[in-house]
Amino acid sequence: MASLVGSRVERKEDKKFLTGKGRYTADINIANQTYAVFIRSPYARAKIKKIDASKALKAPGVVDILTGEHIAQDKIGGLIAGWAIRSEDGSEMKCPPNPPLAKDNVNFVGDPVAVVFAETLDKAKTAAELVKVDYKVLKAVTSLADAMKSEVIHEGINKNLCYDWLLGDRQKVKEAFDKADRIIKLDIINNRLIPNAMEPRACVVDYNTASEEITCYTTSQNPHLSRLIMSAFGGVTPENKLRVIAPDVGGGFGSKINLYNEEIVCSWAAKKIEKPIKWVAERTESFLTDTHGRDHISHAELAVTNDGKFLGFKNETIANLGAYARVFGTVTPTYLFGPCATGVYVMPAAYSNVKAVYTNTAPVDAYRGAGRPEATYTIERIVDKAALELGMDPIDIRMKNFPTEFPYKQTLIHQVDSGDYVAGLEKAKQMADYDGFADRKKDSESRGKLRGIGVSTYFEACGIAPSAVVMSLGCGVGLWESSEVRFNPTGQVTIFTGAHSHGQGHDTTFAQIAADELGVPMENIDIVHGDTDKGTFGMGTYGSRSLVVGGIAIVNACKKIVAKGKRVAAKMLEVSEDEVEFKDGEFVVAKSNKKKTIEEIAFACYLPGSRDSDFKSPLPEGEEPGLKETSFFDPANFSFPAGSHIAEVEIDPDTGDVKLDKYTAVDDFGTIVNPTIVEGQVHGGLAQGIGQALTENAEYDANGQLITASYMDYAMPRADNFPEFQLGFTCTKATTNPLGVKGCGEAGSIAAPVTVMNAVINALDGREIQMPATAEKVWRACKENKKSETEAA
Amino acid sequence: MKKISLQVNGKKIVKQIPEHTTLSVLLRDILNLTGTHIGCDTSQCGACVVRVEGKSIKSCTAFAVDLDGSKITTIEGLASKGQMHPMQEAFKKMHGLQCGFCTPGMVMSAIDLLKNKKNPSDQEIRDWLEGNICRCTGYQNIVAAVKEAASKM
Repeated sequence: MASLVGSRVERKEDKKFLTGKGRYTADINIANQTYAVFIRSPYARAKIKKIDASKALKAPGVVDILTGEHIAQDKIGGLIAGWAIRSEDGSEMKCPPNPPLAKDNVNFVGDPVAVVFAETLDKAKTAAELVKVDYKVLKAVTSLADAMKSEVIHEGINKNLCYDWLLGDRQKVKEAFDKADRIIKLDIINNRLIPNAMEPRACVVDYNTASEEITCYTTSQNPHLSRLIMSAFGGVTPENKLRVIAPDVGGGFGSKINLYNEEIVCSWAAKKIEKPIKWVAERTESFLTDTHGRDHISHAELAVTNDGKFLGFKNETIANLGAYARVFGTVTPTYLFGPCATGVYVMPAAYSNVKAVYTNTAPVDAYRGAGRPEATYTIERIVDKAALELGMDPIDIRMKNFPTEFPYKQTLIHQVDSGDYVAGLEKAKQMADYDGFADRKKDSESRGKLRGIGVSTYFEACGIAPSAVVMSLGCGVGLWESSEVRFNPTGQVTIFTGAHSHGQGHDTTFAQIAADELGVPMENIDIVHGDTDKGTFGMGTYGSRSLVVGGIAIVNACKKIVAKGKRVAAKMLEVSEDEVEFKDGEFVVAKSNKKKTIEEIAFACYLPGSRDSDFKSPLPEGEEPGLKETSFFDPANFSFPAGSHIAEVEIDPDTGDVKLDKYTAVDDFGTIVNPTIVEGQVHGGLAQGIGQALTENAEYDANGQLITASYMDYAMPRADNFPEFQLGFTCTKATTNPLGVKGCGEAGSIAAPVTVMNAVINALDGREIQMPATAEKVWRACKENKKSETEAA
Repeated sequence: MKKISLQVNGKKIVKQIPEHTTLSVLLRDILNLTGTHIGCDTSQCGACVVRVEGKSIKSCTAFAVDLDGSKITTIEGLASKGQMHPMQEAFKKMHGLQCGFCTPGMVMSAIDLLKNKKNPSDQEIRDWLEGNICRCTGYQNIVAAVKEAASKM
């Protein structure tokens, strides 16, 4: 039987999506459901003086109106930060309470203060207009640069500072810098982004008055964790009375990792009003209240020798947490960022210092790449600047500083098990026709255009993550994954996984790996995910972890199935266990024609006896009936995908328009299970990364109003923004899991922003501009360049 | 309330609806055709594209009462006798979808393109689909799917 791992299998899930039969949360309706409309703060920072819902309560069709007072009375807990980060001085981070409905203070535009439930959506919206909220408006803190000098937002959190964190050794860095021929300095802004999954957030909640069970359908990347938080911290109801179902979910990109206010409120309220509740976000609510991404201001320095060797690196960052610290909010700018900020290079000394601050903006949390795009942006910009200042080729300076022997102990934390950075960059250089750039530049210039080329090399720590490591770093939970592999008596297989698919194609990829392990045709394998009542606990999907952690749990459970199958086959074939070999779905005895298929074994496990068998069981003594195995896989290490990307842009100096002309990505994801799906993941990540570099920017005004709260104002990349991407792969297998897989979901969004910006800045002869490289900024830079040229002449 | 009569995916429908009912709400909430998605409700994302009298429109911004008497095709109406439409087949073959949320609108727009132009270039496909936002695919395999469908239709 040919291996399915490595094959371009078409996706099993596609037909339902293509025929309109996907079932997303907003598609679900429950008889007699009420419709929820949330009343949100129109101010970025204010005190709630009074909420008067009396008139609204009398409006037609209104079932109930609940506020933060009701939440407090029922002792419903709030949203939490998932990671506790310590400051350099050893003190614990400072987090404000984040009640599901604000009672006393609102801290960003969109912070919910009350909720209306009515018989129809129209009636709920009409009634919501009648709820009077009296606010005392306070001065909003919206500037990240000034946040530490501004008024204190949350009582007791001085300087609006959550933590002042350090990773690395300041003294060693100082010594390295003292020895340097040259110090390269860089000031950068990592622009704030809005993830914008195309499916707006939603929840539909049902309460069963007989069983007292709450069922919450929701748009989540990790329903088990949502249930845990809602139960353990929200106090909504015990876990055994709460079922969270994330059905088909229309993209997440990190924004659906968090449990949100609306899910807690609707789950709590459904029990309170004893009616089903449906809530679907409008797009503007998504813009305002989905967690945002990035938003750093950094100053970095790189110490180099005159011949381009790196001696040390330091980084000082202010990271925006927004109004509250959420699940991955505090770890994204620290442990997901700092260790990767030294890039793929041998860096004898380094530190990263991050001050995370609160502002009156939407909470900032993990967004595709989470910390690693920011890290890669910092190091890869400064490396390019070093090459420029030293008069070196950007590829040569990188090659000079690559580690070449693996495993490689990276400067800060990570032990990188495998990689070949030289091979990746060589391949990218060939594929991108790097040497032909000079001719293409001439051609562009002959048409009055500027042309630039940009290179970046990255590694990332993903496959999140070894529990003991992350818990020692402050994570509140372990990040293992579980799976259960269940044979039916008639031979089909159902696999339950704690990972969640919201576009990644798990139904296909997971079935491919299980088909190889079990020798069962893929079409006989179903993957079940997204329902806390189906399967064991799981940690969900983010951090390129589904295959690397969840997939391995499936492999391990399959191996247990095969082990039991061998024992049963040995008994049935009347040989010893070590005479039985398992291959392509059959248990065979060498040099004989004795064999049993895995389906026959499954059947015997469920029906252990027969009319003619003389009371003899096919099962060895002590063996339980049934064929079902569970595995919890906790990885021994992170995984470390890496790659080299090269972009070329052409700029019209008269308009500032940047055209991305060529993009080459060469990535090393270890073993690739389904090349088609992996390419799709890379394409999508690239599009988001290029969006960050060229078009996307979340912008608040001085009063804290989000002025990019629709697709007319927030420039989502569209089909006509991209060239055809050229993808290539190299492969060094991960040594820490049996498949050798490393994860691929975030690579594109990690590498692309800096690759494109290096190309833009190269076209601008080294003049630095900040992301996004909009026409206006580029046009101004072109004008400045022209002015300098004229002055020089 | 107003009575309207429509032909949806070949079936005659007569309904009493509030005048402000948009076509997307009629399809999703009244006819239970939830394949048409609402991504923004303001004509900015394209997830709700359906065909009315053979032309693609954004159903979130059309009043159903204005379309009285029209023939409407939604994503649910493309397959016939269990056979997917060539555009659906092409999206599957070329991996032109991931989470599937923008997909129905994307497929409907793409079919409209091929009605207007038989063998569009990559650039023409990208320009045509400018009104449909996809956050997952980076559009590359959508373009490939439309080209694949063009070779079959």
